[in-house]
Amino acid sequence: MSRQMGDSHRRFLQTMMVNGIVDEQGARTLYQHCCETHNTQYAPDKLDEFIDTINSKLQPMFMQIRKGMSEDNGQQYYALVNMAETDVTRMSSDYADNELELFRKTMDLIVGSENGKASSTDILNSADTMTSKKLKKSETEHLLNRLVHDKWLSEKRGEYTLSTRCIIEMEPYIRTMYQDQVKVCQICHNIAFQCQICENPTCGIKIHNPCVARYFKGRSEPRCPACDDFWPHEIPEVRRPKSQSRR
Amino acid sequence: MTQRKRLSTTQSSSQSARQPGTLVAQEEDDDPTFTQPSTSQVQRGLEKLTSAQVDQKTAEVVQYFLVKDQKKIPIRRADLVKHVVKDYRNIYPEIMKRVVRTFDQVFGLKVVEIDTKNHTYILVNKLETVEGASSINSPTNPKMGLLFVILSVIFMKGGVVREGLIWNTLKKLRVDPGEKHEEFGDVKRVVTDEFVRQRYLEYVRIPHTEPAEHEFRWGQRADMEVSKAKILEFMGQLHEQDPQSWSQQYREAHSSPNSTQASTSSQR
Repeated sequence: MSRQMGDSHRRFLQTMMVNGIVDEQGARTLYQHCCETHNTQYAPDKLDEFIDTINSKLQPMFMQIRKGMSEDNGQQYYALVNMAETDVTRMSSDYADNELELFRKTMDLIVGSENGKASSTDILNSADTMTSKKLKKSETEHLLNRLVHDKWLSEKRGEYTLSTRCIIEMEPYIRTMYQDQVKVCQICHNIAFQCQICENPTCGIKIHNPCVARYFKGRSEPRCPACDDFWPHEIPEVRRPKSQSRR
Repeated sequence: MTQRKRLSTTQSSSQSARQPGTLVAQEEDDDPTFTQPSTSQVQRGLEKLTSAQVDQKTAEVVQYFLVKDQKKIPIRRADLVKHVVKDYRNIYPEIMKRVVRTFDQVFGLKVVEIDTKNHTYILVNKLETVEGASSINSPTNPKMGLLFVILSVIFMKGGVVREGLIWNTLKKLRVDPGEKHEEFGDVKRVVTDEFVRQRYLEYVRIPHTEPAEHEFRWGQRADMEVSKAKILEFMGQLHEQDPQSWSQQYREAHSSPNSTQASTSSQR
């Protein structure tokens, strides 16, 4: 059953269009704000239903508000995604062809890496092998900044990762494009880039860092959930967002 | 890029369309391939198509509007037909009807034809801006602050100002149009090109000035999206003065329907 949209839904959608992505807490605050602004009933536990109503009307437009986890902190995020063009071409209104080629190359590097990261040096080097109009070093650096600003990439200490928004939005594309390379997380079954890998060569499963933290929390001797070998990596702490509601 | 160039030429022609005296050979509706189909043509066209096909085309047009709207670029019917509607031009009115309905019902946006000669459209927000909300939910765009100042000056000075006055005002606010600003970059370009392209401002040469001088007016988007009552309220706070003391501006601000609506929202 799809309920009718009201101004509270429209306001929520408009804000999503401006921001592209919000974390779960932000989505809750926004949901409450939209309901209060338009004097409609606000039920704290009905966020997903509220979004479903919007999605039922967005679906004919090949758009959707989709939920996904951040590989950095394990938090849930909501992103407005375009399903008409799931691949890189959807960025073509903002980026030139050679810029998109560099973005594809960056994706290749990230997907091909073990830890889901690509260093700026590697990206700059890959710019030398471009087939379209080559980018100068300074242009490449400028482009990387733009990609971070537009929330396609994230950067930390000179290393680039795919942003949460990019993963949520391009997951179907990445899965088809990199079929042989992409692995899913053993715990949450979403594609995994920044993760730990089981060192047993016959196993080699991946687990997102935040999933590792949650899964092994409180276990004295961590073992791989698939092959039961000893899990040799450092177990990160479970990170709790400041005002996270209890589950 | 090419699009930008094309748009800036159309914009100058439409600007002059508002002051017919200043322009000589106006480009004809440069869309000879498109004439509005009649109702019966649309009817016949629809019979040949499945509803899924019409829905799909509607979705494509909606997407096209949204992409353009991100940069606040007006949409020309000629471009829309050429790049998106294509073979469905015979049912164009039906598609637009659905597009308008979708924007209204799903997105809370209104499709407005700002130029009936060249058939140019923009999207205008139907939801009132709510005070204090933007800071939590949407990143505030600093350029909008710059724009607000300029619109305020124009409005308070009676609707038209020479550019020198705008530049001097901005300089007092430490925004020098001759220097690269760390937030806005090339200020002069933002004001005279970007805001003009987005139809927030009009920037027209004053006839017979040598060297050329220009004047600013409110653009059509500003007329529809920006509340004069709110500007007056802001001026009142700035000068610690009752907005009603600017009687002419006050009357103007409270005569147009959209501004009174926006002023009630700010009182919440």
